[in-house]
Amino acid sequence: MHTLTSSETKETQALIDTAVKPLIQIKDLNVHIEGKQILKNVSLDIPNNSITSIIGPSGCGKTTLLKTLNRLLDDSKEVQVSGSVLVDGDDIYGRDAEVTHIRKKMGLLSQKPFPLPMSIYDNIVYGPRIHGERDKNKLKQIAETQLRNVGLWDEVKDRLHTSATRLSIGQQQRLCLARGLAVQPEIILGDESTSALDPISTQTIENLLIDLKKDYTIVLVTHILRQARRVSDYILFVYQGEVVEFGKTEDILLNPQQELTKQYVKGFIS
Amino acid sequence: MARQFPNQQIEWRLRKEKIAKILMQLSGILITGSLFFIVGTILYKGLPYLSWEMISQAPQGGFYLGKGGGILNAILGSLYLALASTGIATLVGIPISLYLNLYVPKNSFTARSAKLLFDVLFGIPSIVYGAIAFSIMIWLGIRASLLGGIITITLLTIPIVVRTIDELLKTVPIDLTQVTFSLGATRWEAARVVLKYIRPGIFTAILLAFGRAIGDVAGVLLTTGFSDNMPKYIDEPAATLPLAIFFQLSSPIPEVQGRAYASALVLTFIILFIVLCTHLLAAKQKKHKL
Amino acid sequence: MTYRLWVDKLVQFGSAFLLAAKILVVLMIALGLTIKAWPLLQHENLWEILSSSVWSPLKGHFGFLPFILGTIWVTLIALIISVPLCIMASIYLVEFASDRLRKSVLPLMNVLAAIPPVLYGVWGILFVVPIISQYIAPLFGIETTGFSVFAGGIVLAVMIFPILISIMVEVMQTVPQELKDASLSLGATHWETIVSVSLRKAKPGIIAAIVLGISRAIGETIAVLMVCGNVPQIPASWFDAGYPIPALIANNFGEMMSIPMYDAALMFAALLLFVIIFGFNLISRIVLSRLEDHG
Repeated sequence: MHTLTSSETKETQALIDTAVKPLIQIKDLNVHIEGKQILKNVSLDIPNNSITSIIGPSGCGKTTLLKTLNRLLDDSKEVQVSGSVLVDGDDIYGRDAEVTHIRKKMGLLSQKPFPLPMSIYDNIVYGPRIHGERDKNKLKQIAETQLRNVGLWDEVKDRLHTSATRLSIGQQQRLCLARGLAVQPEIILGDESTSALDPISTQTIENLLIDLKKDYTIVLVTHILRQARRVSDYILFVYQGEVVEFGKTEDILLNPQQELTKQYVKGFIS
Repeated sequence: MARQFPNQQIEWRLRKEKIAKILMQLSGILITGSLFFIVGTILYKGLPYLSWEMISQAPQGGFYLGKGGGILNAILGSLYLALASTGIATLVGIPISLYLNLYVPKNSFTARSAKLLFDVLFGIPSIVYGAIAFSIMIWLGIRASLLGGIITITLLTIPIVVRTIDELLKTVPIDLTQVTFSLGATRWEAARVVLKYIRPGIFTAILLAFGRAIGDVAGVLLTTGFSDNMPKYIDEPAATLPLAIFFQLSSPIPEVQGRAYASALVLTFIILFIVLCTHLLAAKQKKHKL
Repeated sequence: MTYRLWVDKLVQFGSAFLLAAKILVVLMIALGLTIKAWPLLQHENLWEILSSSVWSPLKGHFGFLPFILGTIWVTLIALIISVPLCIMASIYLVEFASDRLRKSVLPLMNVLAAIPPVLYGVWGILFVVPIISQYIAPLFGIETTGFSVFAGGIVLAVMIFPILISIMVEVMQTVPQELKDASLSLGATHWETIVSVSLRKAKPGIIAAIVLGISRAIGETIAVLMVCGNVPQIPASWFDAGYPIPALIANNFGEMMSIPMYDAALMFAALLLFVIIFGFNLISRIVLSRLEDHG
């Protein structure tokens, strides 16, 4: 199997505007889970203020890659991570990295919406409260701002204190997005975030993400090529734990350099 | 993005987590420790009094005043009682749980409410069973006897058998029954296949019931009576081990109290042996499934 | 072919019959207890029986208050000791402990559950009672034999450890990892996540476990009887003797039958236990099975 050598990676990276220092830099990342190597030598700079989609067949390690970014994998047992992931220039796997700070920098949007078992309002202000915000007026203001951000304010403003689980599943996912935004992250991570949603809710979320990229760096895992085409600026193709190709969306989809990418994009491998 | 949170005091938050973790570990140690503590106390107090005479002889005259003899009658009484009631409970309990899982639609009202009923019965204390059985026995003119004890303890153990087997039946893969049915088997034939599949687990259920039966006091206190004779007839009062412990313990004579500790040790050994067997069987059941 | 179907039908009806018989027995227990307790209920009204503290069977007074309060005292003490310990320990087992630790601790809980009540009683007499009379009570300047509601509470607390732990662990394991991830990814610490997400989500199950523990504690007879002192008085402190309902039945049944109404009074006590425990169990089992369905 042919994969990118490091010089080729550099070439690809050179295509990307590197005037600004990238927020997320991954260097020689290797991840073993229960003795099995899931990610092999991943090195990559993720461009700021744009949407990067990670694509690849199921089981190729895309979700693992996403979860290494906010250290959610640490909690599962028998996970070994080597290499480094720099966020804002700090190695999040470094010795004195503080995991709650790292996670606060990133909002996670999971496959299915998981509203916390509390009211809509409490869901949004959960993060700010944990980080020490006690001022009620400020909390109210945060809740309104974030709910407006995801276009949920008008739908829920009269029932802020009812249980979040009573919302429709699409509303729940937007609530989860707002909840993530309320801790002022710099990065949004999405793990197949629309796979449980109906087409209309999917579209809403996708449009929201496109709107948000001016303020945030967004990384999405998706197995739907059409979605990657619709929303992303860059695409990263991962196969069996290795980065095969990384580049601008249209380059990857229309003019892939690697044979594997070509086959995947055409639907020969999945 | 101008808004900033107040000082986050992350150190304090992490310290809280550390303190909580220490408290949790202490609780865990205390709870698991209590087991070793109980067994240890009984071992420490009972071992000096344990002798071959204790477990090989029936009480002689004046046994409860500190004279010679042993508690063989109580050991045998308990074993007979537990064997008989567990046996009946198994014979009644297995068909009931099979019926509730294979014959009645799984989520039907009958199945659900019957299972709920058995869950609830599982929690009814044995003193209640004992009280009602005793009154019925008086009403029927039966005196306290081994038979009375067996009936009471059977009622007590049926819910245990039904519940445990029901849990086991839930683990049977649905494919197994479907494959059997698709071969044209009747429900009874399918039930036999299922029974074979969960066989080691059935023994676990039986042992659980046996352990409960042999250790129960409140149920036998009123219904079985007590006797210094070896249990020979089912319609006569019989001694049981837990009750022997209880009676000897209330004696003011230190020698007799010591025997109570030794009897407690014998009961502990029996229970630990049963638990060990269940554990080994559970391991076998797991292997069986792979 | 017909033979096979015939056997099938036979088994079906046989099993249905056994089930019906068993249910009938339960109904008979409830009915029997009520019939037997009826004379007392005619003799005095229910409220009088439950709220009077005068227990003098020879004069025909059957006030259950001392026994009811005795039961409540030991049960509450048991809960105060065991609930926090069990919640903490189950959190540790589910959230922090390695698989190996969890797999070796949970079977130990089964051993603890298998130990017969009488052995708990022996342990109580050998250890708990002397400790209370020699070490704990003097701390408060109180003199006591040690046979007290406190001793009963401690013994009961240990007895309900297994049921609390096993159900709490099971319930906490049903909290989805993704939900915890959602809280963690907002920057909450593991402990904060447990307090505001896992425990909140598991709350109905934890309450159900506690209710089951309560009903176990209320019905426990012999172990409590052995360490509680059994004086028909209303306990005024942790170090006073108490006389819980099951102990009343066990101590007196079959012995005081010549006193009029005594029989009915004891049957009423049994009925009281049956109703309370049936109700408690029913509620918590329904809650638990709902959780399982939605889990």
